[in-house]
Amino acid sequence: MTDVRPMIEVRGARKFFGPLEVLKGIDFSVARGQIVAVIGPSGSGKSTLLRSINHLETLDGGEVWLDGVKVNQTLPRRAFEKHINSVRQQMGMVFQHFNLFPHLSVAENIAIAPMKLKGMAKVDARALALKMLDKVGLADKIDAFPARLSGGQKQRVAIARALAMQPKVMLFDEATSALDPELVDEVNLVMKQLAAEHMTMVIVTHEMRFAAEVADRVIFMADGAVVEEGKPDDLFRNPVQERTRSFLKKFLNG
Amino acid sequence: MQGLDFSIVPEYLPLIGKGLWWTVVISVVSALFSIIAGMGFALIVLYASPVVRYPVRLFMWLFMGTPLLLQLFLIYFGLVQIGIDIPALWSGIIGLSLHFAVYNADIFRAGIVSLDKGQTEAARSLGFGAWQTRLYIVVPQALRNTVPAVGNMMIALLKESSIVSMIGIAELVHSAQLVISETYRPFEFYLTAAALYYVLNLILEAVLGRIERKVELSR
Repeated sequence: MTDVRPMIEVRGARKFFGPLEVLKGIDFSVARGQIVAVIGPSGSGKSTLLRSINHLETLDGGEVWLDGVKVNQTLPRRAFEKHINSVRQQMGMVFQHFNLFPHLSVAENIAIAPMKLKGMAKVDARALALKMLDKVGLADKIDAFPARLSGGQKQRVAIARALAMQPKVMLFDEATSALDPELVDEVNLVMKQLAAEHMTMVIVTHEMRFAAEVADRVIFMADGAVVEEGKPDDLFRNPVQERTRSFLKKFLNG
Repeated sequence: MQGLDFSIVPEYLPLIGKGLWWTVVISVVSALFSIIAGMGFALIVLYASPVVRYPVRLFMWLFMGTPLLLQLFLIYFGLVQIGIDIPALWSGIIGLSLHFAVYNADIFRAGIVSLDKGQTEAARSLGFGAWQTRLYIVVPQALRNTVPAVGNMMIALLKESSIVSMIGIAELVHSAQLVISETYRPFEFYLTAAALYYVLNLILEAVLGRIERKVELSR
């Protein structure tokens, strides 16, 4: 029966930035192998929600679960540090601004976590890096430094870096928002490939078309709350809420 | 009036050379210590618990506000009174190291603070702990980004190392003085010493240039 257990579960997530309530009690869950896209206007809290899944943001209320393990447990400081590091090793995250390590080569960017966190030998880690680079179509860049790569290539390396830890889920925080338009497709292609391999994914995005294409379920957020969610076809074609309609209209016209 | 006569210099070069050697040794060792300790201070000031952080900040503040010469006298002549007898050479190295560590710490602290916070987030999201992130991601980048500023400090250190002659260490200036007291030729030998400092600095600058270029390649 463990198969029905959701891979990610968020219950009553609340978060304040000062007096501002950015998450007003969010509930959602992601099944194993499911792909959920989170859309919504800037400031709707969708990035904060994503970042609270791997505890880059600390929730003020509510719970986050990963594969049956509570992420935001109350533990003594050292014990929690150990717990959260092991939880994070099971979640890959891809950032808007790539955040590759500029002092390390592409191979080292990918190999450092498996080497230092899993004790993988250097040769094995390099082989793994090559395998991951192959997946994102950048095997020839293995010894390049990040500064020599285009934005699209950087993001693909960042995806390879996250995949090298063999995560159970991948979290994408506006992975293509910082890219030149002509570089968006190469990154989207990699994400679609992951989708085809049944990776569990949460994708925060501004790209409605991509969300419609790749997601099993779309969540529309506004003002720190989930306004509407459903299958992409339903949500994009027949949104029920007025708030969703006006947002989508603005997007499709703009 | 006594004219200038450099023909006397070669005879004393072995002695001057010994002084030059000690200047190099003291400078290199102190430079390394000042960089290591400087990074240590920077990390403590930024991340350690208040119990450790405040004493270190006080110490740094005191070292920045007082002259190197006085610090050397305190370490070499002063500490003996409370039973800590450090030989002259080590007093000199400790004094120089700590004096420049304090400045390096300030440079490193600024270098760490100016790093994009996305770097830390990326490392943490992979599962690195706080100190692992500092060790593998933050410190290497801070070191790289501060090569020019720390390099300037090391050039200053090389020249300031002459002050340890005041506690009797036979480095370059001290050996020049020894020779002068024998030959009564201050101008020739001070000039010789000055020329040797200049050459040392040229070499140091060349080394720093190489490091900077190497770092630049990986950006």
